[in-house]
Amino acid sequence: MSDLTPTTLRNNVPLSPDEVLEIALESVLEFLPCQRDRNAFSLVNKSWNRIEAETRFEVVIGNCYSISPQRVVNRFKAIKSVVLKGKPRFADFSLLPPDWGARFSPWVVVLSGAYRGLEKLCLKRMYVSNDDLVVVANTFVGFKEIRLVCCEGFGTSGLAVLAGKCRQLRVLELIEDEVADDEEDWISFFPGGATCLESLMFDCVECPLNFNALEKLVARSPSLKKLRVNRYVSLGQLRHLMIIAPQLTHLGTGSYGPLEDLEDPLPANELRDHVSSAFAASKSLVCLSGFREIVPYFLPAVYPVCANLTSLNLSYANILVEEFKQVISHCHKLQILWVLDLISDGGLVAVAATCKDLQELRVFPMDTIEDNAGPVSDVGLHAIAEGCKKLQSILFFCQQMTNAAVISMSINCPDLIVFRLCIIGRYRPDHSTGEPMDEGFGAIVKNCKKLTRLAVSGLLTDRAFSYIGQYGKLLRTLSVAFAGDSDMGLTYVLEGCPKLEKLEIRDSPFGDIALRSGMHQYHNMRFLWMSTCKVTRQGCREIARQIPGVIVEIFNWNQVGEEGENSDLVDTLYMYRSLEGPRADAPRFVNIL
Amino acid sequence: MNNLSESGKSGMNLKETELTLGLPGEPRVGKACMKRVFSETVDLELGNSGKKDSSGSGSSMKKESATSRGKLVGWPPVRAHRKNIMTVKSGKYVKVGVDGAPYLRKVDLELYNSYEQFLSIRTVLDEKKLMDPVNGVEYVPTYEDKDGDWMLVGDVPWKMFAESCKRVRLMTRSEAIGLAPRPETKCSSSSS
Repeated sequence: MSDLTPTTLRNNVPLSPDEVLEIALESVLEFLPCQRDRNAFSLVNKSWNRIEAETRFEVVIGNCYSISPQRVVNRFKAIKSVVLKGKPRFADFSLLPPDWGARFSPWVVVLSGAYRGLEKLCLKRMYVSNDDLVVVANTFVGFKEIRLVCCEGFGTSGLAVLAGKCRQLRVLELIEDEVADDEEDWISFFPGGATCLESLMFDCVECPLNFNALEKLVARSPSLKKLRVNRYVSLGQLRHLMIIAPQLTHLGTGSYGPLEDLEDPLPANELRDHVSSAFAASKSLVCLSGFREIVPYFLPAVYPVCANLTSLNLSYANILVEEFKQVISHCHKLQILWVLDLISDGGLVAVAATCKDLQELRVFPMDTIEDNAGPVSDVGLHAIAEGCKKLQSILFFCQQMTNAAVISMSINCPDLIVFRLCIIGRYRPDHSTGEPMDEGFGAIVKNCKKLTRLAVSGLLTDRAFSYIGQYGKLLRTLSVAFAGDSDMGLTYVLEGCPKLEKLEIRDSPFGDIALRSGMHQYHNMRFLWMSTCKVTRQGCREIARQIPGVIVEIFNWNQVGEEGENSDLVDTLYMYRSLEGPRADAPRFVNIL
Repeated sequence: MNNLSESGKSGMNLKETELTLGLPGEPRVGKACMKRVFSETVDLELGNSGKKDSSGSGSSMKKESATSRGKLVGWPPVRAHRKNIMTVKSGKYVKVGVDGAPYLRKVDLELYNSYEQFLSIRTVLDEKKLMDPVNGVEYVPTYEDKDGDWMLVGDVPWKMFAESCKRVRLMTRSEAIGLAPRPETKCSSSSS
């Protein structure tokens, strides 16, 4: 055992062995920031549990209803950072009625009482009101960072209070939120003098803004590295910002079009040259996004930074294939790429040829109507598979696919962690063989040994699910839609995937028998979502009765109701583990069994 | 209906050359045109596959419950935020096509304040086509106004143009010969 001389005395008083152990453990814990590891640590014994609780600075709550705010503050005394997530993901696709819940208010009341020193807040899919933001701004004196992702309920007046009162604010990131236009010039509320701002992202704020105030703000924010503006900032205005802030590493370009440049009506070619110079001067830029209303003529102005880019988001850019190819041909270092399917298979071939370090690819559909063919297909996927062998994460929307292309990806991209394929045409088989897509997804779970997240689509039989159950041993998140033949499908998954945490299913023929097969599993999972499946009220009631520690919510969209035997069918089942009893804020349409 | 008056106006069979959203051979009206919004910006030269045989495409619909309730909610799983951005855009959109090019682009006239801005906005390919001294081909911007007349771009003040323009086409000089500049007061049935 090593000599513990430096720590065996504190204020010249010898320490007991227990105290020495405590200090040693605290030192060890410093190197365990990961919550999963800390959770494991805290389960060893009461003493370790206490030490861990005292030294934890960040708490991540994946489901705001799994634990009460009171219980959190009782256990952890010194929290500086809170990550809180609310609604289940299918809420993004209008599958959750509004007013379902996930309000931040009950949390902010308790947190403001217990953690005066709170510095960081990250909320995802929560309902956050302006009043909540006022509490945050008024209570947490040294508040530094706020990230709101997919949230709603607040507006520009709440932002104004944050801007005005949080003098230490370093990070204000609004990502895909619904922000109400309270007609407050929130940018002007930042105090005068130099700010601490390092990151300012408001590309989702669909309100006009005071550009003059923004320009002055950027000019007095010497630490600013990340700036994402909204579409009300024109290209000419963007160029001014870039000149003031050449140190930026992340830039969201706003509209990327001329708009109404009343003060600066340059001819287009001059504007393009100026923008190009501004990009050339941005030597640190590695992440580029925006292009909300792009005028393609100006796209070549980005060429000077392409060689340095590691992340490029063109998923709002309505551009031609040739225009895209010209940009991507410069982007050799790209690791993350988000695009629209407009770039077509030809564009994907170009990506495969150039972006050899690509880790994450997302291809979004321009047109969401089901169709027999689309601009991207198995051809593009195959090209990516063969060209981008370091791929870790893919989200791919298409109208048609083949097993061969998916199998190719499973073999060529062994590092895949996330595979999400969405064939927009429901029940679509392999378009060249007419077979179900079972073999393709089977190959993915079998060959991609690091896979933790999977989304399936197309024509799938129970066989696909047997593969998932057989090989998906590390799978944590699974999304299923319009797939499977019978209860066996879901049973395979529930019995075969021990690490499953999040399971979201819609429009698939899984019923009570399948539901029952997972009873051993549900308290290990964060949640199970099943909508428009074949589970009945009775089946759900049985689960609720037999498994403590799990909340079973059901709600019916269809008030008119399908009469007859089917009326016992449940529209939506949302089940989650919880240390608390049924929540008190459930709206009337939610039935907690 | 009688198409003769339309084709008679400028000596061209305009129905044939009318820019629509469908692939050749597709019906020009109704939902078929609506579907292929993306085809405006797809480079068809790359052999983007046309309609495939649909016999194997899941005609055995397994469950009707989602559609029996009417509209299919939340499919495909694209976030509402993104869907809104892509589809609901105010602005005055006109189709801009170039002779000989198999695609067309939708352009929002509200983005521009002047002819100079609008006409200097070129795509990479347009640039090639418009300044093609080798072949001696010159392209002339023309537009169809709300009365269905094809006119030369630039004759009327910008705002008036932006309000009345329905679509724009860059015609070759020889094709555009039939179009004379319009007088200040227009006769709706005049031919050129």
